[in-house]
Amino acid sequence: MLTIKSAAMALALTTAMAAPAIAATMRWAPQRDIVSMDPYSYGDTFTLSVLNHVYEGLVRYDATLQIEPALAEKWEVVSPTVWRFHLRKGVKFHDGADFTADDVLASLKRVSDQTSPLRGNLPAYVSSEKIDDHTVDIHVTENYPLLLNDLTNIHIFDQGWLVTNKAEAPTDVAKGVEGYATSHANGTGPFKFISRKPDVETVFDVNPDWWDKRQHNIDRIVMTPITSPATRVAALISGEIDFTNQAPLQDIPRLQASSNVKVLSNNELRTIFLVMNQSPKAFESDVTDKNPLQDIKVRQALYHAIDADAIQKVVMSGLSRTTGSLVAPAIPGYVPDLDKRLSYDPDKAKALLAEAGYPNGFSFSFLCRNTEFVNEEQICQAVSAMWARVGLRPNLNVGPTTIQDAKFDTLQFDVGTLGWANEPMLDSYSILVQVVHSKTGNAGVFNWGAWKDTEIDGLIDEAGRTIDRTARLALQSKALQRANDLSMFIPVHQQPMAWAVGSNVKDVLQLSDNKARHWLTHMAD
Amino acid sequence: MLLLVLKRLANAVVVLLFVALLAFTIFKFLGDPVQLMLNPQATQEERDALTQRLGLNDPVPVQFVKFVANAVQGDFGMSYRNQLPVMGVIAERFPATFELVMVSSIAALLIGLPLGVFAAINGGSFMVRVAHIISMIGVSVPAFVIGILLILAFSIELQVLPAFGRGEVVDLGFWTTGLLTSSGRYALIMPAISLALFQISFIMRLVTSEMLEVLRTDFIRFARARGLRARAIYFRHGLRNCLMPVVTITGMLIGDLIAFALVTEIVFQWPGMGFLFVQSVQYVDIPVMAAYLMIVCCIFILINLITDLIYVVVDPRMGATAIGGSNVR
Repeated sequence: MLTIKSAAMALALTTAMAAPAIAATMRWAPQRDIVSMDPYSYGDTFTLSVLNHVYEGLVRYDATLQIEPALAEKWEVVSPTVWRFHLRKGVKFHDGADFTADDVLASLKRVSDQTSPLRGNLPAYVSSEKIDDHTVDIHVTENYPLLLNDLTNIHIFDQGWLVTNKAEAPTDVAKGVEGYATSHANGTGPFKFISRKPDVETVFDVNPDWWDKRQHNIDRIVMTPITSPATRVAALISGEIDFTNQAPLQDIPRLQASSNVKVLSNNELRTIFLVMNQSPKAFESDVTDKNPLQDIKVRQALYHAIDADAIQKVVMSGLSRTTGSLVAPAIPGYVPDLDKRLSYDPDKAKALLAEAGYPNGFSFSFLCRNTEFVNEEQICQAVSAMWARVGLRPNLNVGPTTIQDAKFDTLQFDVGTLGWANEPMLDSYSILVQVVHSKTGNAGVFNWGAWKDTEIDGLIDEAGRTIDRTARLALQSKALQRANDLSMFIPVHQQPMAWAVGSNVKDVLQLSDNKARHWLTHMAD
Repeated sequence: MLLLVLKRLANAVVVLLFVALLAFTIFKFLGDPVQLMLNPQATQEERDALTQRLGLNDPVPVQFVKFVANAVQGDFGMSYRNQLPVMGVIAERFPATFELVMVSSIAALLIGLPLGVFAAINGGSFMVRVAHIISMIGVSVPAFVIGILLILAFSIELQVLPAFGRGEVVDLGFWTTGLLTSSGRYALIMPAISLALFQISFIMRLVTSEMLEVLRTDFIRFARARGLRARAIYFRHGLRNCLMPVVTITGMLIGDLIAFALVTEIVFQWPGMGFLFVQSVQYVDIPVMAAYLMIVCCIFILINLITDLIYVVVDPRMGATAIGGSNVR
């Protein structure tokens, strides 16, 4: 016993002495941990945004969310199905290996593997081909316009490293074999992976040999998740952490009152809206022979009854952006004309209900989550009360995401909430193909309203084949216009996001995609 | 003694199987992990394929039998969330919880026992009344409120203790400990206090009432008549005779805390088992939840066994009944 103890003491002493003097450390406390160091392991936007500090894609989003070159210097469309990428020369992985075409091939093979959870992020991928050491051709299904958007989030691995560590295939939890890439990393990015203890601490050090110009002055990032909002706020005020990308909304006034904390708030890309089930019969209603929600007058009545300003002021503390559009302004396809709401007009709502044959309203189920979107439960309560005022009788059903989503999937609801950020594509094609398009083939996975509108499907399908960006976005705007005309959904708002930084962080770039980019962060000297 | 142990082990197997079956029946109602594992952009076909590969389409009995068959071979599968072997994930968390619970329980005994005896002896004194009021707060205020109050006082206002985490830990290979570093010991203080407060109050009240009971009995009066010193009367004769329920309660409290110190662990971001369990529920991480419940079950069985053995030490008369197999509880 004594020997173990003294050995441990010796160990503790040596680690204490071996710790290098750190100039500028960024102590980052997110609300939850990343799930893995492997960027192809779990379809989680937050994890990808953190791993982007270590791994990079062929292209990336710049400070205005436009696509710019990263590991690929330039590219051209060779034929409708072939894109040619010219890779950046002189780029090195953290272990010293050179970045070449083989790395791109191995990475694309890995991410498009049958068992890869991220396969859906590269839907049009067919194959890839090495032209020379720094040129790669990527073959896609015909006329796919969004390859570059997809590639922003396909992080590139080193082929040699994958082979040496037997990690060429993605980690498959069903097989029960631990993947090397789950707890190790070797990328080309601005920071090197140092160590990780899941749910406790993940450490990154600066990569002095990064190919891009260093704009940050961080030497080390220590990421320690803190789940409890109160504790996160306390740690920030007491100076134990420098940054959180999830400042609890209810604590913002308190954080602002603290002299050494600064709050950065903005609106996310994610739009929250209400979905109305279009099945021939209502799911849970006193109208049993048909579905009132199939009547556009009823949908408009539901829309007119909602006082969005009250939700913005009371439920969201004035931090959300009320909207009439299904996509945020930063999402290509957005048109200001689409951003007009139907007026808040309870009398008109009542009149419309009467016209539709429901002068005394009707009852229906209203499905919401309590773990997914900002203040979702409170939003649903407010909306329920507003509907009750015009004579409707919503039965609010609130539960955790994993349970509610299963009900949405099987159409066990009448009205419900949905939020869409268009991640990682950052294009309105994402919401159109996943939420608005009818459930056919690979499209319409989240078409929980069970909409089947041939005209809108046609517009979306055509957009999916149109390479020319302007023409494609025009088609998408047209599709979004039609969704508004039919009142297919009731948009509510773009939800707020809030970051908070301590006094030793000078500059941090906050974009509406809610991703921290610490390679652009400046700490106080 | 050996018979007792063997008997308990046989019982344990049955209990374990029953808990596993119950667990798998409940998992059905937790929802769909696939929804969280895939990106929103994944197609229905990809979702179905993953569900199939994870065996989530199988009926409950099939999932249960598969789990038991693998578990017997020591294979609890992979965590859906962390993509790491389940046993490793849990083993990594166990030391954190164990240290926290042991430190707070030992502190609770060291403080609660003497306080209880003191309160029983000096019934109406001012100090005892104060102790009673504090213990009232200890049993009635939830641990997370105490935790947040402690953070407010010692992290934000005084800035002397860390608000979260375990500090620096030393890795001994099979165990990680925060007791060997000063930051680790500092980090332990607030979580331990917020866990211990309830136990201290509980033990103190228990000891007081038991002591008052014992002090009224004849053998104490005789002991006084024999002229024994007060300390010997109270501690050797009095306290020893009221330790039985204290051992029972402390054992149950320790088991309970190891398994479900959830709230305190979340407030202090303490990387222990309770914290892991909450996260697993959120992510519908079925392999971790199943293995976790099994392990917690084992821990309870083990603690009950240990308390039974301690009975024999505290009160040699118990030896006969315990071996006889009647329920000592």
